[in-house]
Amino acid sequence: MSGSGPERIVIVGASLAGLRAAEMLRREGFTGSLIIVGDERHEPYDRPPLSKVALTDWVPPENTGLPWLADLGEVEWRLGVAAGALDRRSREVVLADGARLRYDRVLIATGVRNRPWPDAGQAALAGVRGIRTREDCRVIRDLLDAGPQRVLVVGAGFTGSEVASVCRQRGLQVTVVERAENPLVGPLGGVVGEVAANLQRAAGVDLRCNVTVEALEGSGGRFRAASLSDGTTVEAGLAVIALGALRNTEWLAGSGLAAGPLGVSCDPGGRAYAVNGMAVDDVFAAGDVARFPHALFEYEFLALEHWENAVVGAQVAAHNMICDGPDRRAHVSVPVFWSVQFGTNIKSVGVPALAGQILVTQGSAAQGRFAAAYLDGDRVVAAVTFNHGRSLEYYRHLIETASPAPVPVGEAEGNVPEDARFPDPGTPYEPPTVIVSGRSPTSMVARRVPAGGTSHEQ
Amino acid sequence: MRIVVDLAVCQGYAQCAFLAPGAFRIYGEEALLYDPGPDEELSEGVRRAAAACPVQAIAVEPGRP
Repeated sequence: MSGSGPERIVIVGASLAGLRAAEMLRREGFTGSLIIVGDERHEPYDRPPLSKVALTDWVPPENTGLPWLADLGEVEWRLGVAAGALDRRSREVVLADGARLRYDRVLIATGVRNRPWPDAGQAALAGVRGIRTREDCRVIRDLLDAGPQRVLVVGAGFTGSEVASVCRQRGLQVTVVERAENPLVGPLGGVVGEVAANLQRAAGVDLRCNVTVEALEGSGGRFRAASLSDGTTVEAGLAVIALGALRNTEWLAGSGLAAGPLGVSCDPGGRAYAVNGMAVDDVFAAGDVARFPHALFEYEFLALEHWENAVVGAQVAAHNMICDGPDRRAHVSVPVFWSVQFGTNIKSVGVPALAGQILVTQGSAAQGRFAAAYLDGDRVVAAVTFNHGRSLEYYRHLIETASPAPVPVGEAEGNVPEDARFPDPGTPYEPPTVIVSGRSPTSMVARRVPAGGTSHEQ
Repeated sequence: MRIVVDLAVCQGYAQCAFLAPGAFRIYGEEALLYDPGPDEELSEGVRRAAAACPVQAIAVEPGRP
């Protein structure tokens, strides 16, 4: 690091990306002031366990603090207060309590929040809860401990499916309501969604697809039942709302950054774009909130709500914050994610939503143990495995080398590609965890979101 | 102690579940569940598990200054 490097770095967001960025800064020799802002009052903790093991009686939600993998030295933690604005002219982060934090470099790692249940009154009923924070997990776990007659899960994306899985492990009756044809169709398409539906039903889940919840009903301020669009009613002791996520970018309105509902646009090195399409040298973004053009996928802008993306994106951004141009790196790793549900290890590499077709190449989808390649034309752009995790590296290699589909082998011999059945963009479905949102930096189009919220440029 | 497993890297070899069953469990055929904050009394087993992991997916906090 040269002598003229930054002296004060502010990281906005005290979760996985924020922590990994801080570690990288110290590891690479940044000795200046480091300030970490977080709207929750906790030091960084890991979220994936909250919809899985932390809902069981084994690991309490309070026990998921992330290890610090480097000596962070002096850090000024500003926890329990959200960022309210970014003033790029004075180079200050303005906190919700009015405090102003000057920066030489700032990292935006404010992540996402749960999409709320649309009716605020119904959402306020006791026993209606989404799951994202440690406190959410504690509330839901305590309600599960109380032994409800039935649990209602609204939305069969990864989080909802994982919660349903824990309920069945605990011997609880659970109804899952999903408006798409099957669970997981947003991230993995209808073919794989059908396999996921079979897993749920085999585990005893009352899975209702192509149905929506019209109203959550309570008595005495406590959730009691839900009325569904097919005219039926489900009585349950609690309702877990799992309708996907919204990106925390509202605080950046007025900053002049290309930030909005799709995330904070940045280059592959994490440098944020201003609304005029130019990369900004002192503002970086990483984690769930960032969207960046990915070299492996024709510079398609991707926003990835994946654990690995938070780690790598934060490390890349942190590195780039404190080094000179020629030493800067790009975030080009292949997206990867995992889920554990109903005794099945689900893993994926690449971006399934970019594919038109799917080809089961190993194992048997009907038996729930398989690997499948997602194809855009004849190129492999993604793969998914169900209890077939060790083959994933092979597919990662195919994606990185823009290879055509492998020949199906073993039980899969003779399989041919079929429509992966991703939802029509016009059809409502659970939002995928990968959002494809543009072609290249040069084709970004200004879009203004009208009144009702903050004005966003995209 | 605090640990984290990179589950994208984990290949389900289950060495950890043999070496430190109090902190690591295999769920179903190949999925790993683990305790991110195992008791100190498990620390030796957890450190051995981290060292033995064939894909080095387990990160153990080195201890804070």
